Amino acid sequence: MKFGIMIQDGPYNHEAADSAYNFIQAALERGHSIQGIFFYNDGVINATKLMDPPQDDRNISKRWSELGAKGIDIIVCVAAAKRRGINESVLIPNARISGLGQLTEIAIESDRLITFGSS
Amino acid sequence: MEEQKKTKIMFVMRKPPHGSIYAYEGLEAILIMGAYEQEVSVVFIDDGVFALKKEQDTKPLGVKEFSKTFAALEDYDITNIYADRESLEIRGLTVDDLIIKPKLLEASEIAKIMEEQHTLLPF
Repeated sequence: MKFGIMIQDGPYNHEAADSAYNFIQAALERGHSIQGIFFYNDGVINATKLMDPPQDDRNISKRWSELGAKGIDIIVCVAAAKRRGINESVLIPNARISGLGQLTEIAIESDRLITFGSS
Repeated sequence: MEEQKKTKIMFVMRKPPHGSIYAYEGLEAILIMGAYEQEVSVVFIDDGVFALKKEQDTKPLGVKEFSKTFAALEDYDITNIYADRESLEIRGLTVDDLIIKPKLLEASEIAKIMEEQHTLLPF
């Protein structure tokens, strides 16, 4: 199955980013594909490379970048990003900033779009 | 070119308009997706119905007053706009209190429409 992912919440404060990551790993392990990961709302904060958590904690933005390196399309909403100070200069490698049209594409192309972060 | 089948996408607006950015950024997403010629619909449920309340004054909050933009949805070809009847009733609201006239539905009818959707986007 082709899954699209939308993440609406930032890293660390809540579990959304972790749940999404765990879902994606489980889906990939079972042979499903990820059509794209779209960061919206505070979710865009997941994509800053300035993240520098303590060494014994997971680095959430690095995990996204690693998924991007595997060829998964990682998209950060430009409008939401501008509000929150995320631009190309702080963007993690293997991600891109684009518009909500990309979320539309993901919604159309995926068998299921799964949302993390908004109740 | 063969005409492509439209994808049914429903925005599920559950959160109050102020106190978090979900309703506002949800609205921004609705407006943009409306331009992609898919079958976009919107449903207001729970505190989400407050987004449509007439005469909102956000000056004391120091935030943008965006409720009037919902009235422009039709200009963006988004005409399937629903609200949960019970959510309005519980909050002491009627259609006359709202800036637009959404189609009022029972929860079971909303569930049926949700089942027909390809994608649900919660805000």
